[in-house]
Amino acid sequence: MRFERSHARRTAFVAVASSFALLATACGSGDDGSSSGGGSSSAGALEGRGPITFATGKDTSGNLQNQLNAWNASHPNEKVELKELPEDADAQRQQMVQNAQAQSDAFSVLNMDVVWTSEFAANQWITQIPEDKVPDLGKLIPATVETAKYRDKLYGVPVTSDGGLLYYRKDLLTKAGIAEAPKTWDEMLAACQKVAALPEGKGMSCYSGQFEKYEGLTVNFSEAVNSAGGEVVGKDGKPNVNTPEAKAGLDELVNGFKTGAFPKAAITYKEEESRRAFQDGKLLFLRNWPYVYSLANKTDGSSKIAGKFAVAPLPGKSGAGVSSLGGHDYAISSFAKNKATAIDFINFMASEERQKANIEKTSQAPTWQSLYDDAALNKQFPYLAPLKASILGAQPRPRVVKYGDVTAAIQQAAYDALTGKQTSDQALSGLQTKLESLITQ
Amino acid sequence: MTASTPVAERPVKEPKRQQRFDEGTGRLAATLLSPTLLVLGVVVLFPIMAALRDSLYQSGQRLDENGFIVKGSTFVGLDNYTAIFKGETGDRFWNAFYNTTLFTVVCVVLETVLGVAMALIMHKAFKGRGIVRASILVPWAIPTVISALLWKWIFQADGIANTLIGTQVLWSTEGWQSKLSVVIADTWKTAPFIGLLVLAGLQTIPAEVYEAAKVDGANAWKTFTRITLPLVKPALLVAVLFRILDTLRIFDLPFVLVGAHKNSVESLSMLAYDEASNVRYGPAAAYATLLFLYVAVVAYLFVKILGADVIGEARAKKPGGGRRKKNGNSGTAAARAAVAAGAGPGTGGNV
Repeated sequence: MRFERSHARRTAFVAVASSFALLATACGSGDDGSSSGGGSSSAGALEGRGPITFATGKDTSGNLQNQLNAWNASHPNEKVELKELPEDADAQRQQMVQNAQAQSDAFSVLNMDVVWTSEFAANQWITQIPEDKVPDLGKLIPATVETAKYRDKLYGVPVTSDGGLLYYRKDLLTKAGIAEAPKTWDEMLAACQKVAALPEGKGMSCYSGQFEKYEGLTVNFSEAVNSAGGEVVGKDGKPNVNTPEAKAGLDELVNGFKTGAFPKAAITYKEEESRRAFQDGKLLFLRNWPYVYSLANKTDGSSKIAGKFAVAPLPGKSGAGVSSLGGHDYAISSFAKNKATAIDFINFMASEERQKANIEKTSQAPTWQSLYDDAALNKQFPYLAPLKASILGAQPRPRVVKYGDVTAAIQQAAYDALTGKQTSDQALSGLQTKLESLITQ
Repeated sequence: MTASTPVAERPVKEPKRQQRFDEGTGRLAATLLSPTLLVLGVVVLFPIMAALRDSLYQSGQRLDENGFIVKGSTFVGLDNYTAIFKGETGDRFWNAFYNTTLFTVVCVVLETVLGVAMALIMHKAFKGRGIVRASILVPWAIPTVISALLWKWIFQADGIANTLIGTQVLWSTEGWQSKLSVVIADTWKTAPFIGLLVLAGLQTIPAEVYEAAKVDGANAWKTFTRITLPLVKPALLVAVLFRILDTLRIFDLPFVLVGAHKNSVESLSMLAYDEASNVRYGPAAAYATLLFLYVAVVAYLFVKILGADVIGEARAKKPGGGRRKKNGNSGTAAARAAVAAGAGPGTGGNV
């Protein structure tokens, strides 16, 4: 009896399991290796008018809804709805990828980080935009337009840019008798020595960037390597990071930790931690993005250094430094319904009027070239001039389809070198090998 | 525990014929349960089968001549599995395996000790017991990701943990300190769960047993080891089994508290997530299937060796049946139930 009952139970279990297995196999997509059809990949007509949605990360500027309201007021039948995604860039990408995998039309316009363009374009999650549909394209900074291209075809419109800036304590440098911001790393370290001799400089660390094991480390590493004359991925698209120049750049960071010029805790810093350290008066120099400017200048008590700091372009090994080119492009999801409205909305947000309105409320970097040369704006926002220099000289991070793997490899090598787990020689040669296997196209 | 009569005196009787599962009330039970079983099948069995199938395919890895990713998936058989054990990926896999096992062993031992202690406290009647019970259960009620963010805040370089200790420990860097931060956060969060289940077990122990022990002159320790522990063992084993299954799948805490791609705390689930976020669903499914097998094997061994009574079969059979089902059938049935429950979306509901 016992045997009979357990036998029946076992049979039932096996039957159910195998039926599900058959079901799953039958349901799965077949093993077709067909390549993408030509029709869907070419820039088809951007058609369809109606309401759209705009997917973007958490609005830290506080001004986005005003911009959207301006559009909605003049386009009552083609309203744009804001879909706010998490603040973390990786989480935003996850959501956009999921949306694309489900081929959902929930997101019409995507606010994409510049490093995602290749991946999204290759997977055909965003549609190609014919350049004649973007009349203002020539007025935007060319380097930013490049970030929106994949294989020379345009896939997005750059609306905000980002370049690294050197924030420094102007009050302390003046006290130490230094009139201008340092232009090279050696000048910066010398300035730190002078300030350390002052009574106010006690307990302060010299410099910090972002050295936690995340995308910010790729940015800081690339900036150090480029500022020393090296490159991570060359202009021909091939990795070339095992060079003496790259080693000099990486060594600058490694020695910074060894000599104590960087605070020990800097290995755990992302943007916000480093900004807090600077605002609390613990750092003399800080490398960070432009958004810090308006926050550090707040007079509501959150910043101890309001009015005491200034910005300059990044220092380099023997001259001006090279910043990493950040920013965001607006792209159209391939599965969106009303693509004609989407492109009009994108053109609207990229227009001079909108970008100017944005500068006035936030310290995000515009992509419209002439805005940087506007005298009135420069007077009002002293960070515009160093920011323009930073962006015009900026280098993009590797523009590859498998960007997730490439950035993970760079982070691994840089983190190992900074924590002393590997020497910079070992880290760079290992990185070169890894990148060669990843970047094969 | 009923005293069994000596064999020679037992009246000869036909063994009661056990009902087929679809007779009488069994049929009604089967009908009422079928929607639930169907949902369980869709929610538990189907993803497992689908993941198994996905792990045999690869997709999205090749570029065609226009620079677009080739659509569709290709059958690669067991390539995804063999690739996991080779070279650098193999090192990373075994490191994650070691981390996962270490977390499971250390965290579950600590949680059990603390959980039993908490249960003993919660069991005693004293003034303010309600408040103590509620406050002990608060950590369990907070979603794991939120608690990871809170602990991340505490373990910052300039956070409160370092202020209290007095030295600046960089908790999120590689090394034993990141492991320790994960263990602390996990124990804090889930010791109440064990406490809750053990408390339920404690409350089924009749007071007479303790009175008898007191009459016999047993001290607190003897009472605890000889009476409380054996009687609470079924509930305790179930709680420990659930915690083992949960901690083997640990993801939220190392990912949020310490960060991705950190060798010291990378767990098997994080490997699967890493592959999936790079749109490599085949290898991700392979990792997930390996983790599922690991969890299933551990659960089966646990039940077989320690006889954890997951569905209360042993207790139900005791009176009148005369057949002692200890580790045999109830073991396998319980193992199957535990595997299905544990390897599914989550036990105890905390995601």
